[in-house]
Amino acid sequence: MKTDIILAGVGGQGILTIAATIGMAAVNKNLYLKQAEVHGMSQRGGDVQSNLRISDKPIYSDLIAKGSADIILSVEPMEALRYLPYLRKGGYVITNIVPFNNIPDYPDTETIMNRINELPDKIALDADQIAKDTGNARASNIVMLGAAAPFLGLSIEELEGGIKSLFGRKGEEVVEMNIKALHAGYDFAKSKM
Amino acid sequence: MQKLLLLGDEAIAQGAIDGGISGFYAYPGTPSTEIMEFVQHSKEAKEKGIPCVWSANEKTAMESAIGMSYAGKRAMAQMKHVGLNVAADAFVNASITGVNGGLIVVAADDPSMHSSQNEQDSRFYGDFALIPVLEPSNQQEAYEMAYNGFEISEKYNVPVLLRVTTRLAHSRAGVETSDKKTQREMSLPKDPRQFVLLPAIARRNYKRLLEMQASIKQASNESKYNKYIDGADKKTGIVACGIAYNYLMENFDGNCPHPVVKISQYPIPENHLRKLRSECESILVLEDGYPLVEKELRGFFNEGITINGRLNGVLPRDGELNPNIVAKALNLPFGEGEAIPEIVKNRPPSLCMGCGHRDVYNAMNEALIPYGDGRVFSDIGCYTLGALPPFNAINSCVDMGASITMAIGAADAGLVPAVAVIGDSTFTHSGMTGLLDAVIKNSPIVVIISDNSTTGMTGGQASAAKGRIVNICKGLGVDPDHIRVLNPLRKNHAENMAIIQEELAYNGLSVVIPQRECIQTAIKTKKAALKS
Repeated sequence: MKTDIILAGVGGQGILTIAATIGMAAVNKNLYLKQAEVHGMSQRGGDVQSNLRISDKPIYSDLIAKGSADIILSVEPMEALRYLPYLRKGGYVITNIVPFNNIPDYPDTETIMNRINELPDKIALDADQIAKDTGNARASNIVMLGAAAPFLGLSIEELEGGIKSLFGRKGEEVVEMNIKALHAGYDFAKSKM
Repeated sequence: MQKLLLLGDEAIAQGAIDGGISGFYAYPGTPSTEIMEFVQHSKEAKEKGIPCVWSANEKTAMESAIGMSYAGKRAMAQMKHVGLNVAADAFVNASITGVNGGLIVVAADDPSMHSSQNEQDSRFYGDFALIPVLEPSNQQEAYEMAYNGFEISEKYNVPVLLRVTTRLAHSRAGVETSDKKTQREMSLPKDPRQFVLLPAIARRNYKRLLEMQASIKQASNESKYNKYIDGADKKTGIVACGIAYNYLMENFDGNCPHPVVKISQYPIPENHLRKLRSECESILVLEDGYPLVEKELRGFFNEGITINGRLNGVLPRDGELNPNIVAKALNLPFGEGEAIPEIVKNRPPSLCMGCGHRDVYNAMNEALIPYGDGRVFSDIGCYTLGALPPFNAINSCVDMGASITMAIGAADAGLVPAVAVIGDSTFTHSGMTGLLDAVIKNSPIVVIISDNSTTGMTGGQASAAKGRIVNICKGLGVDPDHIRVLNPLRKNHAENMAIIQEELAYNGLSVVIPQRECIQTAIKTKKAALKS
């Protein structure tokens, strides 16, 4: 198996937590992994992405080539569209629909949603609301991870294991909250497939 | 053998710890920062008592590392590429002094300027200083090169330059670690005058360095990091340096049909390259950064074999490589997804909501209205984002500390008043000497030291300036009546604006110090306090 994932969002939205959770699950499963992150200037409210590659064979490049990503997983709708040149034919876009509007010329939400709805293979969800409904408003990034779960090549149990590895030292309660968020996202994606 | 999931930077840190290091010295700078941060969070480094406190700048870091090497122990100095310019005096001379304990200098280059003002290639510094350069192609090699680099340094009696680029520094992969080496005991150099670079001694040391070159070249020929990998299609032979090797292999799924010379240790391995030259009709050079190897291969008149690379446009002259650029150079087909829809707008980085720099710029901009635009010199840090809308507040960002000294020169030319905006950490990095110049000349400039008590842009590392700025200014001789401390909050806007206006009207040197903690570190501090 091999899954190439572009994680997208705005600096501070927590895409590196998603990357770390998938990373933990992949390492627990003895898969190869490469994950290129963005640090430095763009973290200040700019657009950020992380290239995450997992495979059962050795991986060479830290960067994903254009036209070859299996998944774009975005925690912000406009940012999902920014990386379309990287998506392969038949690849999935999984995106949060809640805009992060910190620029003066942000397009109106309807224009963005129309464009997203034109994509052949996508899962679009209000991860903020779903996170709130699970009782943990701050877990929308883990809801997004759950929504991507059917496409990652990792089982939901393996991702739970990733959450336990990553959040374990923060206590049982934090682990449970995040697993609940993970399942909420997963259930939503399943209902749309 | 333990397998860890590490950033390239972290692999270097762990490799050095396992390789018997006794001290890390660095100033924060993307993409090198995570080396020191990893050490600072390492339980093992703490137990071993390995020094890992941020230095005031890259030059002081480099010099401290040389001092530890003098005393017989293994040391590392880490910096971003432009930091090596700051440390260059010490760096270049360290190849003349030679080492006692092994000395590794890490330069993290930033091709494509993700977070930098240029994309200079540090391998040229290694060539300039006549020392071995190691350039890992992956995280595992990064670990091993830090682990083994001290011995290379000790064997050839020179510092070793370990060069990485952003992608490797900030990409995570599994790394297998090796047995831990013990630290060296303190010991003085056998020759008590080895580090005394008086001309007579420097000439002797320099001859020694020149004589060592043949062995250093031979080490490259024999290095396990340099390889000749044969291939059947000899129309094109490929030279792949550092992580460019990965982009090449990615395109062929690990089975490249062309002969390949993989280079990860410099000077260039002449044996492998001669072989490639004799067997192939043309050569393609893939290197992330400047065309260093390509230039060497082209020689003086570029005669004979065709060499393709950045110099003849087969690869772009600037910017980092990626799998697609390499595919194009090899005439390989590659897919591309849909274009970016037009509705997608740029999202440039910006100052955080609630950041004190915002209030500083609002007050400064208003105070400057009567004088007109174009008189604000700034520096390197979060506040450089003041160049963008809505502030449009600054007119320069050149190098660490240049705000104050450029304001002096511009004021000398008649631009009065001139204003310098500099952060606290940048001020202690390279601003203090410039401020002394301004004191001596009593330059009619206003220096605004926007003090957020941290090194903000790189993620909130400790600032050497914290709690010391007013006393430093007084100590340098700034008139205490013109050292004005203020609190940059929106509710203080009118008062702060008036203070800046007063100092702009003063025909001499003023220092205005807005002080408010970085909003990001303040949030972290609050969270930590809630937990305990």
